[in-house]
Amino acid sequence: MDDRRLEIIIGNLLRVGVLVAAALVFAGGVAYLAAHHGDRISFHSFAREGSSLRSVPGIITSAAHLKSEGIMQLGLLLLIATPVARVVMAVFGFGLERDWLYVVVSLIVLAVLVGSLSRAV
Amino acid sequence: MLPASVPNQANQNRVNAPEDVVIDFGLLSLTILISMTATSFTFVVLAISALAGFLGALTGLGGGVVIVPALTLALGVDIKYAIGASLVSVIATSSGAAAAYVREGFSNIRIGMFLEIATTIGAVVGAFLAGRFSTHALAIIFGIVLLQAAYQTVFKGSLENTEPIESDAMARRLRMGGHYPVDGKMQEYGVRNVPAGFGLMFGAGALSGLLGIGSGAVKVIAMDRAMRIPFKVSTTTSNFMIGVTAAASAGVYLSRGYIDPRVAMPVMLGVLAGAFLGSKVLVLAPVRTLRIVFALVIVALAIEMIVNGIAGRI
Repeated sequence: MDDRRLEIIIGNLLRVGVLVAAALVFAGGVAYLAAHHGDRISFHSFAREGSSLRSVPGIITSAAHLKSEGIMQLGLLLLIATPVARVVMAVFGFGLERDWLYVVVSLIVLAVLVGSLSRAV
Repeated sequence: MLPASVPNQANQNRVNAPEDVVIDFGLLSLTILISMTATSFTFVVLAISALAGFLGALTGLGGGVVIVPALTLALGVDIKYAIGASLVSVIATSSGAAAAYVREGFSNIRIGMFLEIATTIGAVVGAFLAGRFSTHALAIIFGIVLLQAAYQTVFKGSLENTEPIESDAMARRLRMGGHYPVDGKMQEYGVRNVPAGFGLMFGAGALSGLLGIGSGAVKVIAMDRAMRIPFKVSTTTSNFMIGVTAAASAGVYLSRGYIDPRVAMPVMLGVLAGAFLGSKVLVLAPVRTLRIVFALVIVALAIEMIVNGIAGRI
């Protein structure tokens, strides 16, 4: 398997990930509008307190209770995971080619991503 | 819960009282709408985002650069929610387009992955800084970055490296050179100045994390100008890197509450739909004219952002 083929497979998997994420966000969006269509909303001032949608466990709990905002956020979380999946697959891809230098490079990038995302766990 | 359905949210905060928010001096004469119903907000944001995604795909600038000013200037959305939603849309377009770019055979995964060490670390630093800066400061920085992007769009500024160059010692050790199709034949290319490119990429990552944009323009400068990588390879590799860079700040954004699904939902769906349409009509579009029109819109938005930032209205 050469670089190109592997990359095309990865690219197609990413597209599937994006489509599933978009479907979740869309479904959550429809449910949200069905329940809240007439609500007056304003995002004029930033309010960070007390949202369960700021952590991965909170998002999963909220989506499992079929809350519309939780479903939308789960879709967004899946979307955020697609580039992470791409780096994971690159680690394996370079490993198959026995290109250890780039296995290490990919692992460093993965460590930064996991370090950042672990803040939301 | 966020204070979503408090109708007179604005009145609790006299600095942003409704009578202050009509921007009447600007080039675009935008009016900030303090409160809308969830339905109208969703559909207005969907429409804006679809247009941004469409133009972003046609001009190669990405949608993020206009989403943030449109949300903050036209709809009065706090810049932190706007950059959170924009960051999400940046990931969507990058991951969604990956397969197409790979098939064209231009992107170089080794160059991309190596430079991502710099962009992801930069992005985490930038995302932390976003929490330290005032919204006014963010608006002003955003405006300046927009002006640069507009300039680069019109005066493409590529060296158009047609002469193949040899890799220098460091790039050789990192096996960064590659080949790409030119007029049906495979053309070898080399890479130079890896440390300079790496440094610029850290800056590109920091801007991405600070402002929720892909900062593709800076990434292309780093590869095309500093590292002497062919323009086509630079732009497609940049697209590959944008999603990974954005994911590095996403964790920080998420834990800070910048990603509100009620804002990010219409932005993500709109940008994806627009970008998809844009990629379909790309062949038929008068790209040069579009680039200039888009650049003018961006300049107008940049000036609005800077003026409003200085006046303390954003």
